[in-house]
Formats: sequence, structure tokens, C-alpha cells
Amino acid sequence: MKSIAIIGAGIAGIEAASRLSKQGHKVYLIEKNPEIGGHVAQWDRLFPSQEEAEIVLNDLIKNLNNRAEVLFNSEVQHCGKKDRQFEIILTGNKNLLVDVILVTTGFDTFRAQRKEEYGYGIYENVITSTDLEQMFKKHNVVCKNGNPPKRLAFVHCVGSRDEKVGNRHCSKVCCATAVKQACEIKELYPDCEVFNLYMDLRMFDRHFEDMYHEAQSKYYVNFIRGRLSEAGENKDHQVVLKTEDTLAGKPLKLTVDLLVLMTGMEACDTQKTLNTKLGLRSDTDGFLSTKDVFTQNNFSNTDGVFFAGTCTGPKTIPETLADARAAASLVNAYLMS
Amino acid sequence: MRIEGKEQIWKEYQKEIPNDDFFYVRSCIRQNLFPASEVIFLKILREELSKTIYETPHHTTCGGIGYHSDIVPIETVMTIIARQFALMTEAGFENYACSCITSFGLYSEIIETWNHFPELLEKTRKSLKEATGREFNIPKHLAHASDVIYKVRNEIAEKAKYKLINKHTGKPLKVVEHIGCHYSKMFPNKGIGGAEYPYVLTGMVEAWGGEIVDYPERRHCCGFGFRQYLVQANRGYSLANTHKKFESMEPFEPDMIITNCPGCPFFLDRWQYVIAETEGKCYGAKGQGIPVFTYEEVAGMVLGYDPWDLGLQVHQIAVEPLLDKIGIPYNPETKYQGLNGKDLGKPELPKNICSC
Amino acid sequence: MINFGYKRNESATLDLDVDNSELYKKLLKEEPSAATCISCGTCASTCSTGQFTDFNLRKIMLLCKRGDTQSLEPIINRCMLCGKCQFACPKGLNTRHIVLILNKHLHAGKIS
Repeated sequence: MKSIAIIGAGIAGIEAASRLSKQGHKVYLIEKNPEIGGHVAQWDRLFPSQEEAEIVLNDLIKNLNNRAEVLFNSEVQHCGKKDRQFEIILTGNKNLLVDVILVTTGFDTFRAQRKEEYGYGIYENVITSTDLEQMFKKHNVVCKNGNPPKRLAFVHCVGSRDEKVGNRHCSKVCCATAVKQACEIKELYPDCEVFNLYMDLRMFDRHFEDMYHEAQSKYYVNFIRGRLSEAGENKDHQVVLKTEDTLAGKPLKLTVDLLVLMTGMEACDTQKTLNTKLGLRSDTDGFLSTKDVFTQNNFSNTDGVFFAGTCTGPKTIPETLADARAAASLVNAYLMS
Repeated sequence: MRIEGKEQIWKEYQKEIPNDDFFYVRSCIRQNLFPASEVIFLKILREELSKTIYETPHHTTCGGIGYHSDIVPIETVMTIIARQFALMTEAGFENYACSCITSFGLYSEIIETWNHFPELLEKTRKSLKEATGREFNIPKHLAHASDVIYKVRNEIAEKAKYKLINKHTGKPLKVVEHIGCHYSKMFPNKGIGGAEYPYVLTGMVEAWGGEIVDYPERRHCCGFGFRQYLVQANRGYSLANTHKKFESMEPFEPDMIITNCPGCPFFLDRWQYVIAETEGKCYGAKGQGIPVFTYEEVAGMVLGYDPWDLGLQVHQIAVEPLLDKIGIPYNPETKYQGLNGKDLGKPELPKNICSC
Repeated sequence: MINFGYKRNESATLDLDVDNSELYKKLLKEEPSAATCISCGTCASTCSTGQFTDFNLRKIMLLCKRGDTQSLEPIINRCMLCGKCQFACPKGLNTRHIVLILNKHLHAGKIS
């Protein structure tokens, strides 16, 4: 029986684990947290269909059907090639000897505090898109004072497409998330004025444009093309925004009760520590370098080490799952040869 | 407002400020606008805190006003600044402290330029040698004078006779802090606390008992802008910037403003008068203005120096209501007497803003 | 008051804290398709009038949305209602109707 260590039990790790274990391999699913599900477990509903994240995640976990050995609270301490296999030492000195390593370490969410000018962690009514999902989950979308927001703005591209914080890349999912969240706010509070401050609206995937159309035609969400330059707090603890309406060619001032920062994806720290241990390489954007961007994007440059999911760059959930299945199929072929 | 968030940022923007032995250079305009500020700086450091501060009458302008008015090219400015550094080197100092924010920004900019383009540094060395025969070292530490007062803020607090507290209510005074744009906007890591939430003046105000007001337009420029003010046709633009700030801070009802730039206190002070006389609007309580101070003046006030020795009588916005709030005594009779006791004459009083 | 020889410049900022949405609300009520404009500029680039005057339907709709309606009054009636923009619009907006509605409200009571 061949064995595989999958590092990271987010949706990519879970999906790859269920495929590979179904094919009869021994799968170790290594997770640094006490629970599996990664970022998706933090989410309430998913674009573009408003499906509950919990349902999607439960389906994935059901598919896994307890076939893989999930190692919770485990981080890779040491990892190296031993003959044709890999030796892995986890926290708590657990030793694994495996034939393949599949890296599914995913992404880290951009730390919004790094955009000092937006005042996250300082102004009490500035939150992130993740914070808002938590509020949706708890059915408690309110300002710090407990009141529902009468005016709310989303800032796209926080920590993405921003060379000042070292990220030139687009995080891909934030535009669609912002439009989804804008519609959800309007569903919840029809009288709330909602503004989306965007640089380009990247509605690239299936049904996304419909979502955008609905945001305009049904919910009257205000789209302003312009990046937030700075936020301040007024005496009533509202957030005062300065941006440019680039389509009107004029500076614009806007005061909102709640400001939501669409924090992007960054290469995750766990992955960075794996790089040196496994001889992996990161690209200029920090995400893992694949063997070939078109034909071999689940392969690393190290024989026996494969990639799946957002460790190789921002992806949507369907893309991540498709990538995980592709990786599982390639790993299976590698093990059979 | 969560102060912990700001404290995290403040931790990231700290810089080494020497404790002693400074070569000090004055500002071109501050002695006219705030005649006692630089004298008070020297007095506090030398007499109160026994520090060594050296200054020489041979130093000149840094060229900043000419540079920012598009008159003096940067190569010339580099050589002027090299000469200042030569004076420091000849006097045996390594720590350079300047009174002016524009100078501080320009020194930072030029040292950074020399780091990136060593050939320009060599060219400057050659130009200076040919023109004056002098040689120079780049300062080991470059500090703005407000950095130095920030460094000793707690020592000043220990010697202070007064606190920035309203003696009638017992509450801290609400203070607006305004740093000069060129203090840290160009190089955030050269300023205490960075550029978004600068701490240099906040630290002083906290140490001396006051409370900082954070208002939405705190980062906005005072509107000086050199050629914007210097050309009369552009002054409406300069005025509009100050107006924007006051409109934004007004709801917080600040008691006073503290600044660290030559231009800002002047414009924040004088434009209040112009706004009152052209639009009839005052931003302080009871038809008064909001008094504006340099950090040296505030240090002098808490140390108990005579307000008229601090030059507070040349402010446009009357300072007496604030002195009364703190409980600092003053003699109205000597307000317009020179240091030699000679009568300086009284200014004409404004019509639309209360004056004393 | 004293004349110093200069006056404070007026702000060029679009201030969304001032509610000036009356015209846009009327427009949406009478022609809901106006909400789905994506500011692509197809209308403005094909416009017969826009080639020779500062009439720009994309910008007019945007400024109307932002409540900056003062500047629209003198230009709205430059449209010749040729319908080219409606033919070109990728979102299928009823642009002629939009122009007529804006014209009606901007000049309400002003045309005898």
C-alpha cells in the first residue's frame, strides 16, 4: 500500500484525500488547527449561488468518509527525502514515512492592519470581509454601538494589486465576494445604502456577471470606481472615506457607518517554511512555482511532491476543488507507475 | 477608537535619537513668526537638562524654500546642505538637529538620494571642495528638533509647573496635533510613529497631561504649499486647505493645536483670522479662535516660563483664554513690552474674532 | 468683512454626505434600466452630439447618480435623440427615455 501525506486540511486537502483514499492509498491529512475546513469553515454563504459554506464543506467531509487519517494540531517540523520516500516529523514527534507529499497549504488572509491608512484595529467600525462573514453566521450584522448600519462601504483590493504592501497580484475572489456581500447586506437591510469602491470589477467566472447585474438592478448597490486613499473616524465613530470617482474625474467624500475591507490572499507562512525543507520555489508573488504553468501546474520541481489549491495562487472554490481532483489523479498515476 | 491599534503602529516607527551633543541649525522663517521658539529650545536643553547643543552663525538657509518654489535646482541644494554638514564636521559633531521641517525633509531626501546615487555624493563633495575648500561627513543621526523634545518629554514633565489640564474641570485639554508634511510623509520611517498616526507630538501631549484629538482630516496639509501661498492669486487654495481642517476638527471642540513645522502654526493661526474676517466664522468657543502653538512654546508653557517671553503675544489667535484654562499667570500690562521693557505698540484688533 | 484680494477656493469634491439624489430617484422610478449602466462609454463614443459638444451620456448618468446635477442642466438638451446610443448600448438601456426624463425634470417649469 502506498502512502501520501497531504499538508493542509482545507477544501483542497479534503477533496484530494477523499479521492486518493478511495483509490486505496493510505492518506495522512495533516492539519495545524484543531479542525478541518480551512478558510471555507469561516464563511457563511458562497458566491455565486448563495449556497451555505457549511453544506459544501459537510458534503466534502462526507465524501472523505473517515478513510484518511487526520492528524490535528500538527505542523511539519522536519521533512526530507529518505531513499525514494519522504520522512516527516510532526509536532509531538510523530514520524511518518510516505511515498508522496501533496502540498495543500492554501493561503493566508492579508493582515488588514498593514494598510495603516484604513484604520483596521483602530477605528471601531472598520472590519474585514472575514469579520463580516462571521457576523452573517451569527445573524448579527451591526456597528460597534449595536445599531444596524444605514450606510456601508466595501473596499476592494485590500492587500491585492498593491505594490506598497508587496502584492502586485489580484486575489481573484474578492470582487465576487464583495458583490455577494453587498447583496446580502441589502437583503438584510433593504434601506441601507451600500457602496462598492473598486479598481476594476473582475466578474470573470460563470454567473458572476449575473450577480453584478442583480446588485445593480435589484439592490441598487452603488459602484464607485476608485481606490480608498484614507479613512478617518468622526465624532460619531462613523468612518469618513476619501476616494476619487475616477469615472467622474473628481475626488469624492463619503461617510459610512461600517467599512468592510476585502482582504486578499497571500502566500501562507506554513508553505514558506516548507520551501526550504522540500526544495520548493516561490514565485515573485510568494505563491509556489509550478513545473509548468499550463501543462504541469500540480507538479513541483521535486520528484514526488505535488501541489493543489491556492498554494499555487488565488483560486475560487470550484477551481480549488477541480485542482485537487487533478492533483489526486496525477498522484495516483505517479504511485501506480 | 482603539488605542492598542495605534500603539502597534507606533512600535514599528521608532528611530534612534541621541541623548546629547547636537549641532543645531535654525529655520529661516521661524524667528520672525515665533520669535522665542528656538531660543526656548536651546534654553530647555542647555539650562534645564544640561545638554550640549552647538550652533554657529556661519550656517545658512538649506535652500528648501527656493527648492520648493521651483527656483533653486537640487544640485545647488545638495551643495548648500553639504556645507552645513561641513560646519557640523568641523565643529566635531555627528548628531544634526534642525529646527525646520522643510529642512528635515530635504536633508532626509538628499541623504537618501546620496545613498542611492553615490556618484551624486562624490559630485557634491567635489563641488563643495572647489567652492569653499570644505569637506564633510554625513551626520550619524539626523533629528528634527521636535524629535529631541520628544526624547526628553518625560524629563520636561518631571520639571513641569503646569499640566495640559483644564483647571476648572480637571479634565485633560483636548489637543489637535499637526505635523509638517515633510516630517514623515516622504519617509514614514524617519518620523516617530510614522506618517499615518504620527506620535512625535502626541507623545509630548500625553506626557504633559493633555489628550489627543483624532479627527478625519488630521493628515491634511495646512495649505502652506510654498508657491501656493507665495503667489497671491493662489492663496485662496492655501486658505481652503486650512478651512477643510478646521471644519473637520470643529465638532471635537479642541482647546488648542500643537505643531512642529514653521509654516503650519503660522497658517493655522493666521487663516483663522482671515476666515473670520471674510466669512464671519470662528472655530473656538464664544467667538474665539483655537490657539495654535509650536511644541517649544508648549514645553515653555508647562515649564512655567512667562508667556510673553515665549512670544505668545505675536500669535493672531489670543492665547489668554487657554492660559486661564491651564491656570498660567500673565500680566496684560507687559504683553506688548519688548525684552528691554520698551513699548512695542499694539496691533489693530480684528472685528469678527475675539481678541485680548 | 475685509477684502484681502483673494477668496477661499470652493471644494471640487463630490460630497456624498449631502443628499442630492432626488433626480436620480425620479429617473430610476421612470426608467429602472438606468441602474444597470456599467459606465463602458459606448454611448458617448458613438454619440452624434458628443463629437461636437460636451454632451456625454455616460458622464451625465454618473453625475446624476452622484447628485452633481447642476452641471447637467445646460447640456442635457443637446441630445438630438437619434437613438444611436440605444442601438449600441451593451446593457440594453433605454437611453432616449433616460435623456427625455432628465430633460423633463431638469427643465421642469422652465419651458413655457
